[in-house]
Amino acid sequence: MWFPRLPTDRLQRRWKAATKASGSDPEPAPPLVIAAKIKNAMRITALDRRATASNLSQGMALADARAMLPALKVVQYNEMGERQLLEHIADWCDRYTPYVSLLSARELLLDVTGTTHLFNGEQAMLDQICETIGKQGFAVRGALAGNTAAARALAHYRPGMVAPPGAEADAIASLPVDALNYDPETTHAFHRAGLKTIGQIAKRKRTELQSRFGAGVVALLDHALGRREKPISPRLPLPDYRAEQRFADPIVTEEVILDTLRQLAQSIGAVLAERGEGARQLEATFFRADGQVQRIAIETGMPTRDPAIVTRLFREKLDALADPLDPGFGFDLIRLGATRAERAEAKTVELDADVQAEKDVRFLIDRLAARFGSQNILAFQPNETHIPEAAWVALPAQKIERTEKTWRKIRHGNEVPRRPLRMFARPEPIEAIASVPHGAPYRFRWREVLHAVKRAEGPERIAMEWWRHQTPQPTRDYFRVEDSEGRRFWIYRDGLYGTKTAAPRWFMQGVFA
Amino acid sequence: MRGGLRRGVLHEVYAAAPGDEAAATSFAAGLAARVAGKRPLLWIRQDFSALEYGELAATGFLELGLDPERIFLLRVAHVEEALRAASDALTCIGLGAVVIELRGAAKVLDLTASRRLTLGAAQKDVTAILLRFCANVDASTAETRWRIAAAPSAKQEENWGQPRFDAQLLRNRHGRLGHWVMEWSTDDGVFREPTHAPDHSLVVSASAD
Repeated sequence: MWFPRLPTDRLQRRWKAATKASGSDPEPAPPLVIAAKIKNAMRITALDRRATASNLSQGMALADARAMLPALKVVQYNEMGERQLLEHIADWCDRYTPYVSLLSARELLLDVTGTTHLFNGEQAMLDQICETIGKQGFAVRGALAGNTAAARALAHYRPGMVAPPGAEADAIASLPVDALNYDPETTHAFHRAGLKTIGQIAKRKRTELQSRFGAGVVALLDHALGRREKPISPRLPLPDYRAEQRFADPIVTEEVILDTLRQLAQSIGAVLAERGEGARQLEATFFRADGQVQRIAIETGMPTRDPAIVTRLFREKLDALADPLDPGFGFDLIRLGATRAERAEAKTVELDADVQAEKDVRFLIDRLAARFGSQNILAFQPNETHIPEAAWVALPAQKIERTEKTWRKIRHGNEVPRRPLRMFARPEPIEAIASVPHGAPYRFRWREVLHAVKRAEGPERIAMEWWRHQTPQPTRDYFRVEDSEGRRFWIYRDGLYGTKTAAPRWFMQGVFA
Repeated sequence: MRGGLRRGVLHEVYAAAPGDEAAATSFAAGLAARVAGKRPLLWIRQDFSALEYGELAATGFLELGLDPERIFLLRVAHVEEALRAASDALTCIGLGAVVIELRGAAKVLDLTASRRLTLGAAQKDVTAILLRFCANVDASTAETRWRIAAAPSAKQEENWGQPRFDAQLLRNRHGRLGHWVMEWSTDDGVFREPTHAPDHSLVVSASAD
């Protein structure tokens, strides 16, 4: 698909929308060109129909164009805007095939292998795509062929053409060499050699061409003639498993949307089951009739292929979206794809209540992750260090893997807990007064409240792991202290007494019962 | 406590005063461990809780005698979200208990919300524990309501003892009310009467019934 006037179409569509909104009469617009600085001169990079009619052309110096046509309207080239627009169109084209790629700044490549029958054949599909895009206000030229280079050449020189399979060479034989999109020097060299059409080059010996123009030129030629395969790279990673549902009448209600997702999940589930896999990540794509595309993904902690589970997770996710799914005038296509799948053992009847209970918990975690975000449902994992605040980590429960590391209690037997239940990730500075330099404080102030220490145990000396830090960290002396109310705290003094001249600093690390 | 540790119901634990949050947290953890047995528990708290009251520490649970691998933490923004997550969690047969930690007064935490939790808990026999900080007692359909403060170690003891609570049972739908000092025994995982009892005390042997 070639969009010859993409930059000017972009602006004119926007202006049209603006005048429509303001209700003012559209003024007869002057010819429009887009200009960019190329080799220190402002040159025309795109022009609208009227500008073409006035004998302006691409690559012309802007100064010359202005001289010819003083009323000319000139707009600076906007690379980002054009790129975004093309991405938008590409998103919209996803409804025809997931294999959509950006070929150049004004060209899209759709690999429609295996999807043409859904649109009543190749010619009908091509016509439908061009017509629908054309209605949106874009000049578009499309062609369909067995390979990228041929399709590209035909789109530029024979728009609307479908090259029959295997007949690419014949279809492009009469096209000028320029259609192959070689660099200007190569094209110019062909012209000088008297080779005007693709057909003429195709007849030459390959060895001859190769020694004169290089292997790349020959490869592209053979590719265009259908003698060599070249894969295309899709813009988005392709899901392993996909299913989709089209609607003649766009759908709007959540119930129908979820019901559709359930059916799609069912058909994906069947394929997954066949291959002994389950989905860990699924993405639903919602295509709106007006061209908007929205994607929503869910994850699971264990491979699944149960449509009920998948639907429930999507319901949670849709319910909790900050930016809700907006059907506008309705979705005309919904697609579901498993973007990550893993091996899952065949479903056996679960007689074991424990296994069933564990599955139940996993499903709950998936639901909570879908609703609140997987970073908000956490599970603990041990960390082998004696630094108190680093002795464990809380990780997303969905992603946690079993480790070799084990939990080690600090207390022995039926001893008193030696680590607090609530711990501050950033220890808070406190003011403490100790009677003996290396002893526990008898009074301290934390968060504006003064606590009188009635009991204290310690110190428990914990050396910082010097190999983890750039600068040496002082050793900490920890004390468990109980105030007059019976409240228990875990505090520490930073640094050994006497080794530092400055007054020792005290911190609150956590609270006990 | 005869019924004080019933499963599949709603229990409420209030921190008696600011500063008693750690005691109330430990009490709720003990209660949850008692009713959950080997089944995992879900602890729901608001996102500021870690900053304000300290992050729930795996090593802290471990030292109390709970298995950190059987604890899941959920962080939510509002009370509404906490309640919504809780009612979902109560439908999960595999879960032992759901602790809902909330700070301050909450309008949405009315009798209807409380009834919903009670009904939810009864359905699949998952226990709900509402842990409240800085809040006045709200009307509710809870099975029990505890008011927990820290209790000082006994004078005769040289070292400080096991986690110790000043526990007031303000409501008990199927049993007596009372006011005890009790200890959490870290190895057996039970609440019991302190060995060195202070002035007032009633015998408290907590067993799940």
